[in-house]
Amino acid sequence: MIPLSHFLIVSAVLFCIGLYMVVTKHNAILVLIGIELILNAAILNLVAFGKYDKLNNNGQIFAIFAIVLAAATTAVALAIILNVYRRYKTIDPDKVNQLKD
Amino acid sequence: MSLIAILFYVMAVITIGSALFVAYSDNLVRSVFMFFITLFGLAGLYVFAMADFVAITQIVVYVGGILVLILFAFMLSGREAIGRLKHQATKFIGFKNLPSLMLAVLFFIVLLNVISKADFDHLNWTASATAAGNVIAGSDTTTENIGINLMTRYLLPFEAVSILLMMVLMGAAHLSRKEGEA
Repeated sequence: MIPLSHFLIVSAVLFCIGLYMVVTKHNAILVLIGIELILNAAILNLVAFGKYDKLNNNGQIFAIFAIVLAAATTAVALAIILNVYRRYKTIDPDKVNQLKD
Repeated sequence: MSLIAILFYVMAVITIGSALFVAYSDNLVRSVFMFFITLFGLAGLYVFAMADFVAITQIVVYVGGILVLILFAFMLSGREAIGRLKHQATKFIGFKNLPSLMLAVLFFIVLLNVISKADFDHLNWTASATAAGNVIAGSDTTTENIGINLMTRYLLPFEAVSILLMMVLMGAAHLSRKEGEA
């Protein structure tokens, strides 16, 4: 079978790509995609370790909860992005720099 | 090298390559559609980790839900947001991005170091799970067991998540309403 460390290396690569996107991108939607990549890297780790728990399925059920929470986060974040765009006419996180209008 | 291993590495290369393209591309539409491929590749990797149900959930929730949501958001946020992105034309390894690239690469080195030092293939609890026969084999069907666990052992978090989803539904609808409607 595929050794556990290979899953972990793939997930580390995905995590670092996500980290790079979160830090560099000038578009809130791309930052959100970076966050999704980081979340998916974490879920890959959970699932890879969940192979060693056949009775309770701890890892897999935690992965399912993480997916649901990611979906909820994305929905709220996109609503906030739409509001920010309506107010500032830009979705560059660097340019949104005041709390009151 | 067995066929399973070859397929695993092909899937891993597809996933990482498309994720790199998402990070590299200046075109928002292209990166969103390449993100599709990353998610599908990840679902494939979940299958290789013996988690079929999580893979299907990934496809249904991520590809069916989140990506459509993202597409909606950037179509609603107007053309100028996309156009302005093209103007910047950031190079992947430009001077401006060098610190963040270094951050990502150094963090990757740290993670690789941890993975190689921790020796995850010979952990105590995985060894005892293997000895007790508590490992999911390729021929097992895990979906039934996940359903039973979800309704007995994990019932409280399940209900908590359902309440959270309702709150998210109301919150997102409240946030994205037109301004001035109270």
